[in-house]
Amino acid sequence: MKLTGAEIFLECLKREGVNTLFALPGGVVLKIFDILHQQKDVNVVLTRHEQGAGHMAEGYAKATGKAGVCLVTSGPGMTNVITALADAYMDSVPLVCFSGQVPTSLIGNDAFQEADNIGLSRPCTKYNFLVKDVNDLAVTIKEAFYVATTGRPGPVLVDIPKDVSMNKADFKYPGSVSIRGYNPTYDGNKWQIKQAAEAIMKARKPILYAGGGVIFSGASEELLELAELTHIPVDMTLMALGAFPGEHPLSMGMLGMHGTYWANMAMHYSDLVIAVGARFDDRVTGKVSEFCPQAKVIHIDIDPTSIRKNVNVDIPIVGDCKSVLRELVQVLRATVNGDQKDLRRPWLDQIREWQRAHPLAYEQDPNGAIKPQHLIKRVYELTKDRDPIVATDVGQHQMWSAQYFKLAKPNRWLTSGGLGTMGFGFPAAMGAQAAFPGKLVLCIAGDGSFQMNTQELATAVVSKLPVKVFIVNNRFHGMVRQWQDLFYEGRYASSYLDKTPDFVKLADAYGAVGLRASKVSEVDDVIREAMAVDKPVLIDVPVYQYENCYPMIPAGGCNHEMILTDPPELKKQQPAGAKVAGEDKDTVLTA
Amino acid sequence: MDHIISVIVENKFGVLSRVAGLFSGRGFNIESLSVAPTLDPSMSMMTIVTTGDDRIIEQIVKQLNKLIDVIKVVDLNESEFVERETALIKVHTKPEDRAEALRLADIFRARVVDSTPTTYTIEITGDTNKIEAIINLLQPLGIKELARTGRVAIAREPVRPAATQPKRVAKE
Repeated sequence: MKLTGAEIFLECLKREGVNTLFALPGGVVLKIFDILHQQKDVNVVLTRHEQGAGHMAEGYAKATGKAGVCLVTSGPGMTNVITALADAYMDSVPLVCFSGQVPTSLIGNDAFQEADNIGLSRPCTKYNFLVKDVNDLAVTIKEAFYVATTGRPGPVLVDIPKDVSMNKADFKYPGSVSIRGYNPTYDGNKWQIKQAAEAIMKARKPILYAGGGVIFSGASEELLELAELTHIPVDMTLMALGAFPGEHPLSMGMLGMHGTYWANMAMHYSDLVIAVGARFDDRVTGKVSEFCPQAKVIHIDIDPTSIRKNVNVDIPIVGDCKSVLRELVQVLRATVNGDQKDLRRPWLDQIREWQRAHPLAYEQDPNGAIKPQHLIKRVYELTKDRDPIVATDVGQHQMWSAQYFKLAKPNRWLTSGGLGTMGFGFPAAMGAQAAFPGKLVLCIAGDGSFQMNTQELATAVVSKLPVKVFIVNNRFHGMVRQWQDLFYEGRYASSYLDKTPDFVKLADAYGAVGLRASKVSEVDDVIREAMAVDKPVLIDVPVYQYENCYPMIPAGGCNHEMILTDPPELKKQQPAGAKVAGEDKDTVLTA
Repeated sequence: MDHIISVIVENKFGVLSRVAGLFSGRGFNIESLSVAPTLDPSMSMMTIVTTGDDRIIEQIVKQLNKLIDVIKVVDLNESEFVERETALIKVHTKPEDRAEALRLADIFRARVVDSTPTTYTIEITGDTNKIEAIINLLQPLGIKELARTGRVAIAREPVRPAATQPKRVAKE
């Protein structure tokens, strides 16, 4: 029997086990939406903006480990989803994005709502396809899912012209596909793994440096096994949080620009860095020439281009983290004699000393304002028993969340790392909630970030996605303000956000629930109250406006030279109109 | 130093822009690029001349390998190879220079492929030095137009694909 392109599209999604599609219609994809309207297998989440659809698909993918799927229309639909594609590309998120295209006969004619979708998405996708013939549609979709989810995962775009979705073809879904130019390496070179094991046995001050690859390859168990077998402490990148249990004694927390003091010191003074699924990002290495000066480097990564891109590597191992770590543990088990604990004691003692010297700390505000760290820490402490999924936006609140949330399991942490996309958190949380309707999904947002995708409140309400959004409201682009404090003599150019809306009323206007904590004493109550509501909740928490996030390694600085508190010469200026009278009467905003 | 990388790619639309986009997006140089189908019409061969230190060349080779439409990458500088380039040079000739132009073409074993009362079009094939040399000698006569193909190259003996893992691994 012949099916239309739109019907083939639906059949393919079903075969791929897709149960949720984040989508926004438009002229050239109406045939597809018409088919989606008449079925129950795929839940269509109608978003209010295509960027939201893209981030929701990312949140879905990060929480499930499966490909997230979104569908947008041609022209502006496509250009709107670009940010999400670029974000997914930087963070290796498996995503399949379907875009509508004008009919094949009109391509290149500057037709209404035409854009060069393939050209636009080329630099921000792992691969993209233009389907010119309905007979190729099924194979193309199979290939798209295959490319998106194998090797180093990433976003893939499938561009479907209108006539392709209308035309008919015989439907046959291939069981498997192979692409001759695409053969990711999964198993590591055995000889190299043996070399790595020897280096680990010889090292006195080794450190594991885990990245997001550990999560996507599902290698958390293997990482734990390796760390416990060898008593090597584990630094995690922003993307890796949850890959190793945050409260494990060997967990050092996050490293990098706003990482913990001890994580960065341990990295700097180590004699062996074992990088697993991490890419030596500039936010981690700091000044490359002075990065880990005494260390040999083992680098395990499925993407050969990651190796030796930023730093020199002594023992490169191209392969899947899970398979390589398993092999490495096996080799080590055969060689490790006795307990490694004693051997490691001086190194671990040294790290404890660093931990004692500069723990994560903040002071309560003498004027009674809520400190952002306090809020985030309490959200963590009061929700951790429910094993929540936590999304963040980008900025200070993101770094504090990374510092204070000690996640126990992988796939619980949704954040935009590489691209640093403000507006990511809220839709990503909704994507995860769509995948796990019964789970507690939190979003820690900034007032600046949240306003970049506020419109999705409607989606949350209509699609019944009861995410709990905490707005760490400092009425600033906080991280921008922090840099202006530290590097621009406190001139707050365009970082003050005047006329921030009343988020409680805003939530109400959309049919969500709005709550607010104005005093430190109200924080715990408002968190508990939010947890009890089975609807989307927006919790506005006005916080002390001038808090800076530490430790901090200035961009291009060296990893052991961290700024730990506000420098004494720091002058904090009040932007014009910062003390807004009247409307702020129940919030504490002044320094 | 110039590096010549030969890349076998899928012969389909958009592949050239993927390769070109990779070079521009990552700030790599392209000195010259030539593309034509191979014996198997489903594949094309690109010969890319680029510059960069070892680390950059390693990244270029790896990044090319990572492209899904790229089937095989060979860094020709890892072994012996021969390279050739063809140029068509239209020389403006005054009557007194015509003999000189022909003589130069003869010395370089170039051929005159078109002739008008005031021009000769000379076809020359050789390595870059040879082409640069004849251009330099013809310049005083007045070169009206110049079209060069860019270099193509081929290995002198069978070579293994450029290492996708760093070299020391491949040696084991």
